[in-house]
Amino acid sequence: MRTCELTNLVEIDVSENNMEISRLGALAYDPAPESAALAKLQPSYGLFIDGAFTDPSKHQQFATLNPATGLPLAMVAQADVRDVDHAVKAARRAYDNVWSTMSGAERGKYLFRIARLIQERARELAVVETLDNGKPIRESRDIDLPLAAAHFFYYAGWADKLDHAGFGSSPQPIGVAGQIIPWNFPLLMAAWKLAPALAAGNTCVLKPAETTPLSALILAEILEQAELPAGVVNILTGDGSTGSALVAHPGIDKIAFTGSTEVGRLIQERLASTDKRLTLELGGKGANIVFEDAPIDEVVEGIIDGIFFNQGHVCCAGSRLLVQESVADEVLRRLVRRVDQLRVGDPLDKNTDVGAINSAAQLEKIRELTAYGELEGATRYTSSCRLPDTGYWFSPTIFADVSQSHRIAREEIFGPVLSMLTFRTPEEAVAKANNTKYGLACGVWSEKGSRTLWVAERLRAGVVWANTYNRFDPTSPFGGMRESGFGREGGRHGLEAYLNV
Amino acid sequence: MLPKIASETELRSLLSRLSGVDAVGVEARAAKLATRSIKKSSKMQAIDLAISMVDLTTLEGADTLGRVRSLCTKALRPDPFDSSVPAVAAVCVYPDLVAHARSVLGDSSVAVASVATAFPSGRASLAVKLLDVREAVASGADEIDMVIDRGAFLSGRLGQVFDEIVAVKAACGSAHLKVILETGELVTYDNVRRASWLAMLGGADFIKTSTGKVAVAATTPVALIMLEAVRDFAEATGEVIGVKVAGGIRTAKDAIRYLVLVNETVGSAWLTPQRFRFGASSLLNDLLMQRLKQQRGAYVRADEFSGD
Amino acid sequence: MSKKRLEVRKTYKLLINGAFPRSESGRTYEVKTAKGAYWANIAQGSKKDVREAVYAARVAQPKWWAASAYNRGQVIYRLAEMAESRRDELTEHVQVAEGLKTKEAQAVVARSIDRIVWYAGWTDKITQVFGGANPVAGPFFNFSMPVPSGVIAVIAPQDSSLEGFVDAVLAPVTVGNSVVVLASERRPTPALLLGEMTATSDFPGGVFNIVTGITSELASTLATHEDVDGLDLEGAGAQAGELAVAGAATIKRVLRPAASDDSSLRRLRAFVETSTVWHTVGQ
Repeated sequence: MRTCELTNLVEIDVSENNMEISRLGALAYDPAPESAALAKLQPSYGLFIDGAFTDPSKHQQFATLNPATGLPLAMVAQADVRDVDHAVKAARRAYDNVWSTMSGAERGKYLFRIARLIQERARELAVVETLDNGKPIRESRDIDLPLAAAHFFYYAGWADKLDHAGFGSSPQPIGVAGQIIPWNFPLLMAAWKLAPALAAGNTCVLKPAETTPLSALILAEILEQAELPAGVVNILTGDGSTGSALVAHPGIDKIAFTGSTEVGRLIQERLASTDKRLTLELGGKGANIVFEDAPIDEVVEGIIDGIFFNQGHVCCAGSRLLVQESVADEVLRRLVRRVDQLRVGDPLDKNTDVGAINSAAQLEKIRELTAYGELEGATRYTSSCRLPDTGYWFSPTIFADVSQSHRIAREEIFGPVLSMLTFRTPEEAVAKANNTKYGLACGVWSEKGSRTLWVAERLRAGVVWANTYNRFDPTSPFGGMRESGFGREGGRHGLEAYLNV
Repeated sequence: MLPKIASETELRSLLSRLSGVDAVGVEARAAKLATRSIKKSSKMQAIDLAISMVDLTTLEGADTLGRVRSLCTKALRPDPFDSSVPAVAAVCVYPDLVAHARSVLGDSSVAVASVATAFPSGRASLAVKLLDVREAVASGADEIDMVIDRGAFLSGRLGQVFDEIVAVKAACGSAHLKVILETGELVTYDNVRRASWLAMLGGADFIKTSTGKVAVAATTPVALIMLEAVRDFAEATGEVIGVKVAGGIRTAKDAIRYLVLVNETVGSAWLTPQRFRFGASSLLNDLLMQRLKQQRGAYVRADEFSGD
Repeated sequence: MSKKRLEVRKTYKLLINGAFPRSESGRTYEVKTAKGAYWANIAQGSKKDVREAVYAARVAQPKWWAASAYNRGQVIYRLAEMAESRRDELTEHVQVAEGLKTKEAQAVVARSIDRIVWYAGWTDKITQVFGGANPVAGPFFNFSMPVPSGVIAVIAPQDSSLEGFVDAVLAPVTVGNSVVVLASERRPTPALLLGEMTATSDFPGGVFNIVTGITSELASTLATHEDVDGLDLEGAGAQAGELAVAGAATIKRVLRPAASDDSSLRRLRAFVETSTVWHTVGQ
């Protein structure tokens, strides 16, 4: 052994060394864009009712925009009360005459067909999703599309096995389901809604989000290719008034809604004195808890994935970072370095990490809340990435020195903005994580299994990711507690939302 | 400044304070970076950079003077028809062929690297290992690729592994020392991180993944962990250590994936042959083929280049 | 003619946090037998009593859930033991409250006690029946567990003073919730009797809270209370719709009145949440 005095590495102050990691990304990547032409979009789309598209010219129309450019992609129809009525009646006829009398095995085969067709047209759908939503093509290609197909594949297998799902023998479908989905994962949310509903024997009227209707319309084409019986699935594009008409329609037996807590509350109120069933998947303010013994490099990636995945337009985003004080500086230093490396820009570029904000309205909301963050005295770190000149963009942002009482620690921002807080003990971490009206998702990072499970048991969240974040799978139930909603999507549990049990 | 280690207890305590590695996370990160799409001029830049980082290697029992000569010739001028193709970083041979390689390469920019310390198993006495090193250096090796004692590491005799590295470093004199961790035998990512730090503390100029002689050689998650280790070590001590990935890297696509890892983990300071190397033999031809393909816009046949 | 002993009567009180206070309002209201005779003066709970009860339930719930499922089962079974030993008393109260014949009342009590035993056996089965491992496509161990919703407000059935009460209250408690129950307005004493038994059944104080009073006054306080997670409207009658609307303000889980079905796990499912945990799997 060398006989020299011990230098404690941990005590070495980085600032005393003039060594600074040189700028990352010296190897420039030329643009590697996926071709927008793959989307094969039509100039305008009608509504998909009773197995066919209606004539677009018969409706009031609105443009759906590419948020990366602000330019229109296609015209879509605004479904009105009469359209909703037609769709619900078509769904009722299909329920009574076809779908509820068909064997589960046959229903399942339709779902398997749909799963395969989604796989076949995955590249086209990924491009459509990225164009309409603004999310990076890497995510729509590697996450949204494979998961959407997998969801249909998973529930296809349940259709003839409902007797074994743990809800008693021959559980019955509910009837006609009205399904209202958000703009953050347009096709995936359509899959989450349609697949279990159809497997359980319900028929559906689906309303995609106003700003992201296109992938659902391509899905309608897929349903035609699958020769799904007319009326089993109806797809109505439109704004909030369409959703409202759907909720109010007396022919609907069940509403499944994913979106904001504000709208969810209104829907629950509207349905409170009816017999309609309801499941809600609403907002969140997920805590990502980092203990001092956590695997630090994976922690940094996990925090980044947790908040910047899909521009932070994720209800379960890990938007509140809770770090044990002993490693808070270290985690922040690494995070700030890492956030600078994110590649923000053209969503169609295969190397883009963070895409466009979905709409001007959403961008405005993010700006307003981050302005509050600064006003309230939090320390702001903004990625030095260059933003494109046109379209809706927001630089990945971290707020440190955030307190529980700050607005940015309590309100859902739904954008690429992280609020960092600290804690001292596991008990304090749990208390802070649970100190919210929401209860959708949390992360726990530690190498100590017993503590991870201790924390997981105490978190008031429908999903807990340990040493990972933002993972989804069709077999895994997803959904919230408290004001994040009720009901589960995914897994055996997801069937309950569409069975009369 | 390199921290000084006075005892095995101190070494153990220091290594035990390193953060653990979550296998799933590091593999997911490496897989994500592998989806980077490098096109056009950035691809040309990456290919040339990769060529300049190759340690063109022959480590066979059947190696001969002739084989080494043709390898050295190729190392100096990978594409005889295109002088814009850079020379490789080094030629890597067994110690008894160092003198021959040296004589062919002369005082060119291409270094002579030699494996030593009873490569690849390292199962010899320290005296034999040191003699191996000294002979290679005396024959003109600029760089020594040593293997660590994986048996000692896995049985917890970290002090022994450390002492050997210190002793080999001393025997190297002015030659650069690359310490081969043989990560395929260390198995866990936690071990890779600890062994990386141990080697750097012992005086390694480079840490290297593999001998190429066991089933599992370089992988992108292992490279990612080693890059994180050199990054953190540099931040903590100011010492900049290089990384060499070796074994199983055969295509330009593989090489570019590693460059992306370097680019997005440690950055430009490591995007040079002084800090990052590929230990490979067949990789060079694929890099040359892809380079020509980029220039011609059409796919190239393998026989365009010499088979060395 | 033997001299008849003068009966010692009981003052009926609320059950809040394991104690039996009078209403803080000091008010009572008269409850009659099914035949219309005076039966008892019952504490007329106030909004503040409801608030105290919800607070107690909130504090008690994590402790109740932290107990082992085995232990919770034993506590509930203990309640059945207590009820069994006071069958005659329960029978008299059910008879008086519901106007049943003795045999009918005895049958109601027997079924109620057996139902408590049924629930006692559920505490350590729920996780296996409602939960499980999920085979996700990736290097993760993933499991789902049922966990309680939290504090449940129960508007107990107005007519079925014991049997209905047992179902409405034991179901949420069995799965780990604490409850604040508004007893039947006109027939509260069987519920209060059972409440007394919880005090000798090792229930932690606050798990089981009973407020008596005027349903139309108190139900909305419960339905609008933001710290209530779930709402069972079994006994809400015509008020159910309005209470359900109030519950929507904080996205409460609302169980609407429905035709009872003994074989269904509807009530057990009503106030559980599914918590899904992912953990990485690697060397």
